[in-house]
Amino acid sequence: MTDQWQVAGRNFTSRLIIGTGKYKSFEQNAAAVEASGAEIVTVAVRRVNIADPKQPMLTDFIDPRKITYLPNTAGCFTAEDAIRTLRLAREAGGWTLVKLEVLGEAKTLYPDMIETLRATEILATEGFEPMVYCADDPIAAKKLEDAGAVAIMPLGAPIGSGLGLQNQVMIRLIVENAGVPVLVDAGVGTASDAAVAMELGCDGVLMNTAIAEAKDPILMARAMKAAVESGRLAYRAGRMGKRLYADPSSPLAGLI
Amino acid sequence: MVYDDTLSITVNGEHRRIVKGMTVAELALELGLEPTRVAVERNMEVVPRSTLGEVRIEDGDDFEIVTFVGGG
Repeated sequence: MTDQWQVAGRNFTSRLIIGTGKYKSFEQNAAAVEASGAEIVTVAVRRVNIADPKQPMLTDFIDPRKITYLPNTAGCFTAEDAIRTLRLAREAGGWTLVKLEVLGEAKTLYPDMIETLRATEILATEGFEPMVYCADDPIAAKKLEDAGAVAIMPLGAPIGSGLGLQNQVMIRLIVENAGVPVLVDAGVGTASDAAVAMELGCDGVLMNTAIAEAKDPILMARAMKAAVESGRLAYRAGRMGKRLYADPSSPLAGLI
Repeated sequence: MVYDDTLSITVNGEHRRIVKGMTVAELALELGLEPTRVAVERNMEVVPRSTLGEVRIEDGDDFEIVTFVGGG
């Protein structure tokens, strides 16, 4: 039996979503997507380069008919900016599944939850299906869900920091309470971080820098694929209980 | 005020002059852009792709033309 997950009525097998920023080339980016097995990639919405309109485009290398594009609102600091960006994204792509992020300030890129919640409400009324980057706040996460978020995506650590999950208790609480998929978005630095997120019961992990800034991004993409799958399997298997002291694995009976 | 057959518009923050009577789709093509690969906002309102060939540009229009780029 396949272990699929569902967001906004769409089924996916891969639980790894990867970004498309910071790669050395479109070729490297496309190879990393392939190696990661990701079925969804995040993309940004930016002005076209009018001075050089014939330069290569992301869509020439990663086919939006095969890989689901998840347009983001990176760089938006108000609900209005984020909504404006996603209205354009919907027109550019023709789909309503989007990633909302409304940032509070540039140094930490920590989400502004008041603006994020307001944007989620408006987007939902306009027919969008927002997957929402958010703080590791179980109450705010529930409010986002009630407002129409189709997925809750708390940070594990600041965007691009690679510090790993600093908030496992809070992530687990969010997972326990959520009625929509929960994905850790931001903070993953290496494969074990992704596995930790999955072992906590998250439905998936979203990452960009951990792969793009690895010395060998394609090898790291493979590592992340394996880590997400391993973490998921371990979560489903149910880990053993922890003990404070040793418990021998070999029988004591029959000892010479 | 310039009395000729051109209009003054802004595209992605830059001033341009174009001939009167042009549609948004024609503007995109003149800029070397494939209209099916971009999204256009005119005076803060999205122009639906299906109407790009019908909407005529007016003097003073402010356009944002965007596409998908790499991002996290």
